[in-house]
Amino acid sequence: MASLLPALAEIVVAVLLLGSGLVVLVAALGLWRLPDFFLRMHAPALASTLAAWIVTFASIVHFSARGEGLSLHVWLIIIVLSITAPVTTIVLARAALFRRRQAGDDLPAPLKARR
Amino acid sequence: MNMLSLAITGTLVLYAIAMAIGALRLFSGPSAQDRVLAMDFIYVVGMLAMLVLAIRYDSEMYFEAALLMVLFGFVGSVALAKFLLRGEVV
Repeated sequence: MASLLPALAEIVVAVLLLGSGLVVLVAALGLWRLPDFFLRMHAPALASTLAAWIVTFASIVHFSARGEGLSLHVWLIIIVLSITAPVTTIVLARAALFRRRQAGDDLPAPLKARR
Repeated sequence: MNMLSLAITGTLVLYAIAMAIGALRLFSGPSAQDRVLAMDFIYVVGMLAMLVLAIRYDSEMYFEAALLMVLFGFVGSVALAKFLLRGEVV
C-alpha cells in the first residue's frame, strides 16, 4: 500500500496535466478562430478557470502524496484567479464596447428588458 | 517517474503551442483590445506553466512566482483596459 499510493498519484497527476494541456490548446484555438472580439472573449476564460482548476488539483495530489500531510496552499492561486479574472473580463468588455461605439461600427444587439 | 516526466513534457509542449497561437493573435489582432486579451491569455498560460514546473522540480518556490504572475497579469490587463477606455491609466 505504501508503494502503491505514489504510483497511483503519479498516474492521476499525469492524466490531469495532459487534460489541462488539451483544455489550454482548445482555449488558444478559440482565441484564434472565433470571428468577432466579443466571441473571442469567451475562449481564454477556459484557460483561467477549468485548466487552472485541473492543474491545482494535480499539484495538490502530487504534493500530498509525499506523505507530509495535505498541502492545500495552491488553493490561493484559484481564489486570486477567480477574483481577478471576471474583473479583467468586464473592464475589457466595457472598453471594447466604448471603442466600438466611438468608431461607429456595428454593435452587438442590446439585451431586451424583461417585462 | 518516467511516465510523469513524459506527461509533464507533453503538457509543456501543449502550453507552448497555445502560447504561440496567443502570440499570433497578439501580433495580428485587428484591434487593440484583441491584443490586450491575447496578452492576458499568455500571462495565464505562463502561470499554469509555472505550476507544472513546480511539479516537475518538486519545489514549492514556484507557487509564489505563479501568484505574482496572476497579480501582475491582473494589474497589467486592467491598466491597459482602462487606458483603452479613457486614454489615461488611473
